[in-house]
Amino acid sequence: MNTPRHDTRLDRFVDSYADRTNGMRVSAVRALFAVANRPEIVSLAGGMPNIEDLGLDAIAENVSRLIRDHGARVMQYGSGQGELPIREAILDVMALEGISAHPDDIVITAGSQQGLDLVTRVFCNPGDVILAESPSYVGAIGTFLSYQTEVVHVPSDEHGIDPVALRETIRRLKGQGKRVKFLYTIPNFNNPSGLTQPPERRREVLAACNQGGVMVVEDNPYGLLTLEGDPQPAMRADDADVIYLGSFSKIFAPGFRVGWVLAPHAVREKLVLAQESATLCPPVFSQFAIADYLERYDWRGQIVTYRDMYRERRDAMLEELSERMPDGVTWTRPTGGFFVWLTMPDGLDSQAMLPRGVNARVAYVPGNAFYADGAGSNNLRLSYCFPPADRIREGVRRLASVIRSELEVQEIFGTATRRPSRIGGPRVNPDLA
Amino acid sequence: MTVIVIAGGLSHERDVSLRSGRRVTVALREAGHEVIETDVSPELLPLLETQPGAVVVPMLHGGLGEDGALRDVLEIVGVPFVGSTGAASRMTFDKSIATPVVQAAGVRTPRQVALPHDIFRELGAPAIMEGLGQQLGFPLMVKPSRSGSALGVTRINHADDMPQALVEAYAYGKVAVIEEFIEGTEVSVTVLDDGDGPVALPPVEIRPASGIYDFEARYTAGATRFVTPAELPDDVLARAGEVAVRAHRALGLRHLSRSDMIVTPEGEPVFFEGNVAPGMTETSLSPLAFEAGGRSVGEVFGKLIDLVR
Repeated sequence: MNTPRHDTRLDRFVDSYADRTNGMRVSAVRALFAVANRPEIVSLAGGMPNIEDLGLDAIAENVSRLIRDHGARVMQYGSGQGELPIREAILDVMALEGISAHPDDIVITAGSQQGLDLVTRVFCNPGDVILAESPSYVGAIGTFLSYQTEVVHVPSDEHGIDPVALRETIRRLKGQGKRVKFLYTIPNFNNPSGLTQPPERRREVLAACNQGGVMVVEDNPYGLLTLEGDPQPAMRADDADVIYLGSFSKIFAPGFRVGWVLAPHAVREKLVLAQESATLCPPVFSQFAIADYLERYDWRGQIVTYRDMYRERRDAMLEELSERMPDGVTWTRPTGGFFVWLTMPDGLDSQAMLPRGVNARVAYVPGNAFYADGAGSNNLRLSYCFPPADRIREGVRRLASVIRSELEVQEIFGTATRRPSRIGGPRVNPDLA
Repeated sequence: MTVIVIAGGLSHERDVSLRSGRRVTVALREAGHEVIETDVSPELLPLLETQPGAVVVPMLHGGLGEDGALRDVLEIVGVPFVGSTGAASRMTFDKSIATPVVQAAGVRTPRQVALPHDIFRELGAPAIMEGLGQQLGFPLMVKPSRSGSALGVTRINHADDMPQALVEAYAYGKVAVIEEFIEGTEVSVTVLDDGDGPVALPPVEIRPASGIYDFEARYTAGATRFVTPAELPDDVLARAGEVAVRAHRALGLRHLSRSDMIVTPEGEPVFFEGNVAPGMTETSLSPLAFEAGGRSVGEVFGKLIDLVR
């Protein structure tokens, strides 16, 4: 007798999804980040800014007044390009990094992450190539892959992208008949490496791209958070064809979700149309709230406060790394931003080590998250932005102990086999930002 | 009467536990229960004190939830809870203990060796790994002795893959089990005892699209095909149910358990893992078994709550 059977994949739309969802899967590594939110864990994983020093009372008063006096406007639909008051105010922010522009060339986005999405949407067909640093921002890689592009990492050194390798990569890819659309770069305090490209290197990178006919997309969320000296001029300050992504998430607060794209006129027009099709208009209330903040609040002073706070945390991390890490472990020494990039001896696998980290109550982001090609297995990203200095020190102590244990296990079993692996699922994740 | 669903915790399976806890909470609320959803924290015991007469539903996976520790504490403070005792949980959660116990009850289990990583250092890893390969053959399975959701589990086809598989297993704990790979149909059998003795629910057959029922295949909707009851002859289905009930009894489990097994091409079920806190997420196996048995998650837990209050 045939038993009636229930046959299910628990998703009746499973055969209907677009190919671009192929990478959108649950992964064990991402699930482990749920533990990182527990207070017992020192999380050196997340890229959340610490906004506890903001003057919340003053901001609350301003926001309240905004609603009281202009509620009917600030809570209405707005322009697809973004509101003029904030676009004008952004000119003052960008001027700190040597950028001169016109408010008409700015498109407001829901965080610079949406700027990345719009730029990719406007420029990239499936199969197009996007060049990126080695390593590069996990959220950008996720966006690029969701548009079914091919991400090719350009070899980089302690000063960022290697211009010779960049020229060679462009030449090789074009020789293969590939369409190389743009170079995506974070020249200031790179996420995840923490490294900064010196001015000369930036010029060389721009020259290589110009000669190769490749656009440059400059992502600069951390540029004003310099911890040593003044901010460097942006690449866009030297070349008006650079597409520039800016953000208020790190210099003010991420919850408003306001960023911007500065682009040449023709590109800007397409971005506005893409923005209208995506959202009709970027968040209007948030734009007015930030414009108000920039007008009435000492935002430059706030950035100085942020710098002092992050400097203390960075110093705590670097000091503790120097004292605790076993021989063979190296790391970058960022002069700004949020991140330190740590390299373990060959053969250690930071993704396989993460459960041991959780056991020891410390979390980090495995290095292979920052590559589209499975590289970075012996790297890990440490962030010093969110935990206070004493917790950072404790976290580094725990991590050093974890790495020692892993070295011991490696010694027992011999060098671990390198395997390409990736953090699955959509990469755009606040835990990893 | 209040029901306290405990989910989350500090284990590697926190995310899964939160999903399970959420689903059970919603189901119980829909069934008319007053439910407090809480994590494991220093506030938990004071919360229990403020809720005299409450029944706890531990929906913790891995760590303190499945190793029996939390259940021991609930017993000490005299709070009734759904599910197995601390002692039975401790035994079941550790594969290096549960497997021989179930085998002693007359159930076939994979040939298995459980080794702490220290032994490899003391005696030399190459010789032990070579011996394991010779004894168990390839492919074989390497697992942490105490973990769930297939975390740290690797199937290896060659001796060359063994070092990395062991490194990954030892990242979860001090002991790894290395066991023979059993070829066959993977099925999962939920056992429910809501007052009339343990009864096996229809076995669920697991067919991951990738061929491997790993973490991704478990928790990505659409990544695995589930057939309930499994596409096996009726007598084999009955045998799988008997094995699950026997394991449930041998391990001293209470109310609810899930046994994972492989049914060989000859129709013999081979038990390889017991679960004292079966997952209740949207892609978990036991809710499918409940459904096949004509019950909902809310009904099953509602009845178990009535049993212990």
